[in-house]
Amino acid sequence: MCGLCGLFESGTHWADTRGVAAAGPPRQQRLRQVGFANRILRHYRLRLDDWQGRNYLLSSPTGATEVIDNLALLWPAAERIAGKPCDPLDPDLLLSLRGE
Amino acid sequence: MTVRTLMEAVPVTVLTGFLGSGKTTLLKRLLHGRDLSGTAILINELGEVGIDHLLLEHVDASTVVLESGCICCTMRNDLSAALRELYGKAERGAIGALDRVVIETTGLADPAPILYTILTDPVVTHHYRLGTVLTTVDAVNGMRQLATNPESIKQAAVADRLILTKTDLVPPAAVAGIRRALAALNPTVPIVDANPDSVEPEDLFAAESFDPSAKAAEVRGWLTEESRHHADHPNELGRHAAEITTFHVSFDEPADWTMFGIWLTMLLNRHGERILRVKGILNVIDAPAPVCINGVQHVMHPPFHLERWPSNDRRSHLVFIVRCMDGASIRRSLLAFLRLAAGEPGRLRHAEDCRL
Repeated sequence: MCGLCGLFESGTHWADTRGVAAAGPPRQQRLRQVGFANRILRHYRLRLDDWQGRNYLLSSPTGATEVIDNLALLWPAAERIAGKPCDPLDPDLLLSLRGE
Repeated sequence: MTVRTLMEAVPVTVLTGFLGSGKTTLLKRLLHGRDLSGTAILINELGEVGIDHLLLEHVDASTVVLESGCICCTMRNDLSAALRELYGKAERGAIGALDRVVIETTGLADPAPILYTILTDPVVTHHYRLGTVLTTVDAVNGMRQLATNPESIKQAAVADRLILTKTDLVPPAAVAGIRRALAALNPTVPIVDANPDSVEPEDLFAAESFDPSAKAAEVRGWLTEESRHHADHPNELGRHAAEITTFHVSFDEPADWTMFGIWLTMLLNRHGERILRVKGILNVIDAPAPVCINGVQHVMHPPFHLERWPSNDRRSHLVFIVRCMDGASIRRSLLAFLRLAAGEPGRLRHAEDCRL
């Protein structure tokens, strides 16, 4: 736990970039990760923000917000808030990604 | 208790296989044949044979289902408690030094919750790491079991080593038939013949080695031409196995690890129950050596780097074993995500698009 802010260490997730592709400082990599996630989440009208470099804030246009620890927990939370499945095989999603 | 690094963590071997497929016989042979004196055995059914060894624990089957409701994400609290107790005993000196734990599952067990517990329990992961998953398949009854029992297909799909038992009781043609069937189902793993007494522990445990050359050899075996050839044969195992598809995705351009992680976590969240196995080697942007991934349903092993490329082939290769899923749509989705990261729609070339 961080002694200053009281946040618990959420542990390293397998998809964490650190140690796999060390291109740039961890904070920069994290922001890049948030940027990529937002390009997907846009399809569901959701937004992800980094929170203290340790957690993420997932929010909807109506103000629904969840704090999540890692990428694996992002998608169940996104489905809860969006009220529909977030399926990477969904042709509509792939079509919207192609249009970017 | 001290926290161990991954290399210092005690490997946990999972020995699974359908009822009567020879798990206990194999275990007994391994324990008597070689010096495995630092090995503790956890067994969740009382075996028929006495195991004269360091420890014999009986694990009761109490389970807790997590929020997702998926069976693979079931935390085996009994197993977690048994592993913690075992580690505590070793730390207190009540038993000898702990070099390895072997878990023998019941024949009807789905091994995924066991792997999930070892890979994700916060206390267990401080002291243990997942070693090799060994699956015994009975040459006499294996074809019928694979045809009629989804659990036996799952056990074969999650294996790091398939061990064919009772091969001396059936004609060579039948052995060849079940070898073909297993190679079609899980083409990335060696199939070892348990008869005659040819099984050496070092062969079975090679998949968990940290030695760079052993790791490279292991990964090279995941995607050989021979495995592709074997897998070309149609699946003839019956209704349950007919739902299982094994396919292979390859691409030329280096992949963005960040986007790959986003894609795979999203895919496993929605379809993890039907993705029995995903395994492969990735050429990652900014990584000097290939990155290997290995997952079972929702559960991923920690990815690891090879020291160098195992061959001249610099493409990324992924193998999926899926149930009732369309391989083409998975390919299409992965490439769409990676192209988005590459920023240039035409940049990522699809080098190979073959069904294994």
